[in-house]
Order: sequence, then C-alpha cells, then structure tokens
Amino acid sequence: MRKIDLVVIGGGPAGMGAAVAAYDAGVKDILVLERDHRLGGILEQCIHNGFGLHRFKEELTGPEYAWRFEKELRAREIPFRLNTMVLDITSDRVITAMNSEEGVFQIQAGAIILAMGCRERPRGALNTAGTRPAGIYTAGTAQRFINIMGYMPGKKVVILGSGDIGLIMARRMTWEGAEVKMVLELMPYSGGLTRNIVQCLQDNDIPLLLSHTIVEVHGKERVTGVTIAQVDEKRQPMMETARFVECDTVLLSVGLLPENELTKKADVPLDRMTSGALVDQRRMTEVPGIFACGNVLHVHDLVDYVSEESEIAGRGAAAFLQAGGAKDDCHITVKPGKGVRYTLPQRICAEEETTVFFRVTDVHQAVKVVVKAGDQVLQAKKRPRVAPGEMETVKLTAKLLAEHKDQTLTIELEEA
Amino acid sequence: MEREIICTSCPMGCHVMVELDGEQIVKITGNTCARGERYARAEVTDPKRTITTTVALVDGGVLPIKSDAPLSKKNIDQYLKQIHEIVAERPVLIGDVLLADIDGNGVNIVATQNAF
Amino acid sequence: MYDVAIIGAGVIGSMVARELARYQLSVVVLEGAHDVAMGTTKANSAIVHAGFDAVVGTLKAKLNVAGSEAMEEVCRELGVKYQRNGSLVVAYRPQDMEKVRELYDRGQKNGVRGLEVIGQEELRKMEPAISEEAVGALYAPTGAIVCPYELNIASIGNAMDNGVELKVEYKVTSIEKKDDAYEISNGTEKVQARFVVNAAGMYADHVAAMVGDTSFSLYPRKGQYMLLDHDCVGSITHTLFNVPNELGKGILVSPTVDQNLLLGPTAENQEDREDMATTAEGLQMVQTNALKVVPSVNLRGVITAFAGLRAVGSTGDFILTSPMKGFWNAAGIESPGLSSAPAIAKYLVNGMAKQGLELVEKADFNPIRPALHDFSKMSIEEKNEMIRKNPLYGHIICRCESISEGEIVDAIRQNPPARDIDGVKRRTRAGMGRCQGGFCGPMVTEILAKEMQIPMEQVTKFGGGSYMNVGRTREEQSHEKD
Repeated sequence: MRKIDLVVIGGGPAGMGAAVAAYDAGVKDILVLERDHRLGGILEQCIHNGFGLHRFKEELTGPEYAWRFEKELRAREIPFRLNTMVLDITSDRVITAMNSEEGVFQIQAGAIILAMGCRERPRGALNTAGTRPAGIYTAGTAQRFINIMGYMPGKKVVILGSGDIGLIMARRMTWEGAEVKMVLELMPYSGGLTRNIVQCLQDNDIPLLLSHTIVEVHGKERVTGVTIAQVDEKRQPMMETARFVECDTVLLSVGLLPENELTKKADVPLDRMTSGALVDQRRMTEVPGIFACGNVLHVHDLVDYVSEESEIAGRGAAAFLQAGGAKDDCHITVKPGKGVRYTLPQRICAEEETTVFFRVTDVHQAVKVVVKAGDQVLQAKKRPRVAPGEMETVKLTAKLLAEHKDQTLTIELEEA
Repeated sequence: MEREIICTSCPMGCHVMVELDGEQIVKITGNTCARGERYARAEVTDPKRTITTTVALVDGGVLPIKSDAPLSKKNIDQYLKQIHEIVAERPVLIGDVLLADIDGNGVNIVATQNAF
Repeated sequence: MYDVAIIGAGVIGSMVARELARYQLSVVVLEGAHDVAMGTTKANSAIVHAGFDAVVGTLKAKLNVAGSEAMEEVCRELGVKYQRNGSLVVAYRPQDMEKVRELYDRGQKNGVRGLEVIGQEELRKMEPAISEEAVGALYAPTGAIVCPYELNIASIGNAMDNGVELKVEYKVTSIEKKDDAYEISNGTEKVQARFVVNAAGMYADHVAAMVGDTSFSLYPRKGQYMLLDHDCVGSITHTLFNVPNELGKGILVSPTVDQNLLLGPTAENQEDREDMATTAEGLQMVQTNALKVVPSVNLRGVITAFAGLRAVGSTGDFILTSPMKGFWNAAGIESPGLSSAPAIAKYLVNGMAKQGLELVEKADFNPIRPALHDFSKMSIEEKNEMIRKNPLYGHIICRCESISEGEIVDAIRQNPPARDIDGVKRRTRAGMGRCQGGFCGPMVTEILAKEMQIPMEQVTKFGGGSYMNVGRTREEQSHEKD
C-alpha cells in the first residue's frame, strides 16, 4: 500500500489552506484529494464578492479567493488529484479513494486532515407538507445551476430561510431576470449578514418576512405556489395568517450541516452541537492523527475564519508527524455556558495561546463574554452586539491556561 | 425629510438617520463611528455596488465576472445589460479585462475565474 | 395485432408482461405516465407480507401466500434486493394478545409457515429497541422486504429484454371490441390485441368501464410515509406492525432493503385519484405513532416524506375477473398486492390460457436480469475491473449513495430506459440519499440531456411539465406548458 505523510481530503479553501500550512511547517509529502473537477470547493460557485475582508483586506469573489490559495498550493508543487472520491477512511488512517484514471486505490497516511465541507439541509429535513413537484431546490443547487451551468431554475421565486446563501441567491436571480417574491424566515431575526439584507433584499425591494414559514407546497408537476403563514413564539404556524403565494420555484436556505459521513467511518467522535468532530486546539480529533478544519468541523460564516482554522490544522498535523505521532495528554475542557451554543476547540492540550470560536444562542445587545473556571471569572470582554449568525471568538492566554490545568473552562454570556 | 440607512460597514448594523433638506444633508445621527457617517452619506447621495454576474463563453459555458470597483446603483440595470452582451473566449485568466471603462470613470468588467 | 396488450406498467402489469415473455407471444405494455412504476407501486410499505392477515378463502389470502413463497426466487432471477427479515405484529396491551392468537390461527389456515406467538422477553431479545409497553407479538419468519419499484423496473426490463414492447405516455382513452380482438386507443394511436389485461391501478375501474364492465369501483386511500437516513436503522431488523385494535391499525416501522428506516402509512380515504400531497397532520400522526413503537427513533434523520394511494376495491378482495372473453381485470390490488404480484401474474396468464391464449414456450427466454451494478458493494478488484472497462464507473456523481456516472448512463440505456430525474433515482439511487439530489441533481440533469440528446430545459423530474430549469440564464424564454 502506498504511504503518504499527510493526506488532505477536500480541495476547497480549508483543504488547500491546511496543505499549504503543513508544507510550510515542514511536511513535504502531501496529497490533496478533491472530488470536483477543479480545486476551490463551493467557493467556485460563490461568484459574489465579500470574501477575504479580514484576511486580505479586500473584497474578493469566491473563485478569486480560492485562486489565491490554489496559487500557493501550485507554487509549492503540492500534488493533488481531481475527480477523486474518498470512499472510506479507517481510524488507523487507511484511505480508500477512487477516480476514473487510477480506479480504486488505498493509501496509508501518517496523518489525515478532513476538509470535506458541509451540505445544505434538504426539504425532507423540514417536513414541509404538500406535493412533491419539480422546482424545489436548495439555494446552493440553484446557485450551481446558474453560476456554473448557466441555467435558470425558475422565474418566480419564494425563498425559505434568510441565511446568506438564500439572500445572495435572491439578488442573483433578480439580476438574471427572475421575480423573487419574498424571503421567509422562521426565526424573529435573520441568520444572514446585515450587508446582505441591505444589498440583496432592500436594494431589490424584496420583502423579508420574519417569523414566517412555508406550511404547504402546491403543484402537481412544477411548483405552482406555496401556502405561507406566520409562526408563534414556539415556531408553530398560526393558520389564521395563512395565505397563498404563487411561484414556480422554492429555494431553501435553511441551514448547513457538516458533511461527516467519512468522519463517522473512522469512528471519530462528534459534537452534537456542531455536528462536527470533537477537537483539541490543534484541530486534532479524538482519533490520533486525524485532524479536521473548515465547514466539516463546524459551519463558518466567513471563509476568512476557515482559512485561519485550516492553517491551525495544517500546523497541528505537521507537529503531530514531526513528533512521531505521539498524542498529548489533554487537560483542559472548554464548554459552552449560558447563552452559548457551542465552543471550539472543545479541549486544549497545551499551554499556548488559544482562540476559542463560539456561537451564541440568541441576538443580544451589550453583553459580556465571560470565561469561567467553576464560579471563578477569569476574564470578561464587552461586546456591543452578538448574534447566532456571527461567529465570536475569545482568546485564552498561555498564562491563563497554565493556571487552570485539568479544569473545565466555561464560556458564557452575561449582561453588561 | 429623514432617511434611515442600515450601515453595513461592520456587523453592528447601526440604524443611521439622515436628515435631508431636499438633497442637502442636514444631520446624521445614530451612527457609532465615523465609518457609519461616511457610509450613510454615500448611501443618500450616490450609493454604489459591485456587480458580480456571469457572461457567456463562446463554447457555451459561463464565466463569472465582477466590476473592479463599485458602480452607481442607479445605473445597475443598464450596466447589467451591457455586461450580458459580453461573450468571452478561452483562455481567460482571473483579472482579464472583458469590458473596459463601463461607466466613463474607469471601472472595468474583469474575469473572476480562469477558463483555460 | 398483438396477442396481449397490458394496460399499466405498475408492478402487476410488469409481472404479467414478464410471465407472458416466456411464451411465443407478441406483447405490448401501455403506460400512461412518463415512466413505469409511477402509481401505487411507487409509494407503499415495501413489504412482502407472510399472509396471515387476509381473510381465509379470499384471493388475497391464497395469492399472498403463493406470492410470498415465489418472491425470493423471482427477486433472485431479476437481481432485485430481497430480504427475508421476518415480521412482528406487536401487542401493547395484554388484551391485544387475543388478537395476536387470532392472527396466528388465521395464518395457519392460510398456510403460512413458521408462525409463532412470542412473549415479551423473546420479543425484546429480537428487537431491543422496541417500546417497554410491548407485551408480546406474532412472529412471522417468512415476512420479507423488497423494493417495489426496483421489482417493477426489473420485471418490465426483463420482459423487454425478452421481446415485450413498452409504450410510455400512452394514456388509454377508449377500447373497442372488434370481432376477435380489442382496439385500444389513446386518441391518436390505435393498438389491436386479442387479449387485454387491465392493470391500470387507480384507474382500473375507468378502463373496465370502457368495455362496459361497471361491476366494481375503486376508492383512493392515501398513505403518508417518512423515510429516515441509514444511521437511523440502529438495531431494528424486523418489520414491526401493530396489532390492529379499536384504536386503528397503527403504523409500521421497518428497515428497507436499502438500509433506510420507513415509517407509515396513514390510511385516509379521499375522492381525488391524483392527490398525493402530504399533510402536517398526517406526518405528525406518523411520527407520534412511530415513537410509540420505537421510542428511540431518531426523527431528526428524516430524509423525505411522501404519500402514495392504494386502489381500494369495492368488493374487498382482489378483482381478477374476465367480464368478457379476452379481457381481464387486475383491479383493487391494494395490500397485500405487492406480496401477491408473482402469483397474480400467474393467475391471469392461466386465465387467459383457458380462454385460448396459446402458451408455447420460447426457447431463448432468459429469466435472468443482472442487477444494476451495485458498485458500492463490490470488492476493490471488481470495481477496478469495471473502471478499466468504462472509466465512467470511477466518477462518482451522487455522493450520498456513492453512485457513479457509469451506473447513471447504464440506467438511461438499459430496459426500461430512465427518461427523467426520478427515473434515474429509482433505478440507481442517485438523489435518494440524505441531500436528496442537492449535489447530483444538476449533474444528472446534464447527463440526461446529453444521453437523450435533448436541451437541458427539456429534462424533467418525472415527465409532463415537471421541468428542472427554464433555460439559459438571461434568455427570456418562458417554459410554460399546458
């Protein structure tokens, strides 16, 4: 069986960033496996701009952002395989992959970085009643039809879910001549970025109906309309508010799920809240030598953070390989407290400065982000506004970590 | 007259109130930083947007493009029409100018993906 | 002039076609929809019933047991997944055990082999995840599961490979009796045949009426289902029924041959023969009842919800009648219709033979239809052999179910050819997984357009006006069809 030091599964921004970082940290024997016919992952269909503000201090489109990393990968001559599907991985890091040229092949990897990204929740996950006609797509499927293939999925559109992809597609379809009738959001607030609400919806006079959902889909062959209704505080539709909206297309932008089928095959334990692996500060999962980064680990709202995380994973994998595969004894557990949905990493194994990413459960104005060990408040930081759609961070210093070995740290929100 | 602008300069999303006398800005309130004022001022006088869309490739595919700087929002429909007439030919590289100076102020339409 | 025209390419029509394909006969199957398996066969419980449920002495009882006995061999020949997983009719109250014993007795009379009444302890050993409330069950080891549309597609495919003709989008509008034959028309194209089998599913009473047979009528009964992802099956291996009591029949919880978990159905009588919409109440009822059977069932793993219609006959039994010489009804084929299908097919062929259809065996009849390559289950060597011959097998299109481009192209080229997105899905499982075609839908659309040599905007989900897209971006072409 072929042996390779580091195999990166996925050639999107996470995989490319991780491969480059691992290379720069001294790992030279790397292979990136990508299932699509080009590198770049989902960014290749995200042709709108707004990527890279943090990282490059400029606004790039998705393909441009991906190209920056592809250039780095190519400059280092890091090998990659396109049109290659990974079929299986094992906990002792044997990878089974397949493509048309090489057939099915196996690799024994010294370390693996999982960077398979995420997928959209389909209609089935929503239990929306009604018929099953053509014309119901996830926003990402519509995006692929339009931006990659050049075909319009429909002409009169209702969008369910105000996540960023839904908002972006509202503008995209408007600009391509479709009539986007409305965007419905089950929650009382939008999960999308304010700039997208302004530039995608308000600019095009597309109404955003908060606390609304689709209760029934109509149409025998193609969608002919939807019944929409307002929901109460328990998110149950109030049928007295129900009304029919004519449309030929329904786009769903109702959440993303990390794509962890391979992760599960390697018996990597997952976090119920992130739907991704449990990791330490280097992004190593609980299976030694298997790392994860990007949207397969937890869903990010900015690709800039994906890149940051992928570099942590790349360096982590390099350190793992260079240390001969030894595993640290983990001693600090990080847990979400009041008002916090999840934290990542979930464990910290070294006394080095660590940025903890987290998401809040609700929109709050003027709060304090508090780090606690038991009842003891270790640090607090004021935030003018937090929202579930925007990832937050808190820095834990090496000193703080050294002082609280073998303890559980809780990240929570308090009123400021 | 008063107009409410939601600032998109940062995730705060301040609701900035711009008081107008005809076209003259009288007062700007509700912003929490200087960027907010600049943003609100631009939104009221001449809001600008970057255009991103696709153009046809000769062999039938599509190629994503962008305007290399923001364009006046009020003329977007006209710009889109001009852009949609572009037919690009392979090979195209990221940054290649497909339509120069679309607005008379030097804004170009450039490719955002390579097509070999 | 054909020897036999079969109206309807559901599982019954298709199995009759395959049965007739053994003989030196010219056979045509007329299907109104865009593809085969589009009616009752498309959406049901996917169960091969053991045969203890049907009333003693009925056709249902007789043909269920015979069909169930024949099914394994039929599936083997046709390369169709079949699993004799056994079924359990579970009682949740001590008084329901009486009904269990009643079903046991009935099963004995119907000739069902291996039935056993089991107590709580044994039941829990067999199904550890079952509700604590369960007190006992009827165990039927001959109960099995099969994929109904896979069986349907394989039957008609094998029939076609042996010379049977299939006409899709042929909606019968009239049938005229002429001297020795029947003349069938769809308004534009006439088909003549000496024998006619009316296997028109939900519309079999309308077709019978075309020859003046108004002896029965059909009523649609809707059943709503939910399908759960592979990792939701857990420890469940048997098909779990409820003991029918005054509270209703309850719903079943069953693994499928493709390792999903199926919950359902509801039973709702309705007027409309086309309405297959799910309802919030129906899906709620399915969930509530499933939780009563298996409290740990993971409802977050729902992949899709759907509804099907059973064609309930006015007589209470299968309607396998010949109102006039040469014309045969196969109507009211509700549960256990799928289980009985092989036996119904034989029954009808025998009936026609008695009326003078000459059954001379074909020397070259091949009963075997190789399974569509179940690529994901092959060994590495087998896979590499396939990829060497055709590199398209190495290119995965459906990520969730690991379906390659080669398998999709095969489904479009083999009998009966897939002509739409759902047709590809039913033949290959591409789009059947957890993302429900989110990733592969656009690519399958492209492959269909290329293989069928039609423009992208003419590719449909399931025929008619179910188009996938409305044409090129920015081209102001509307795609409105009647």
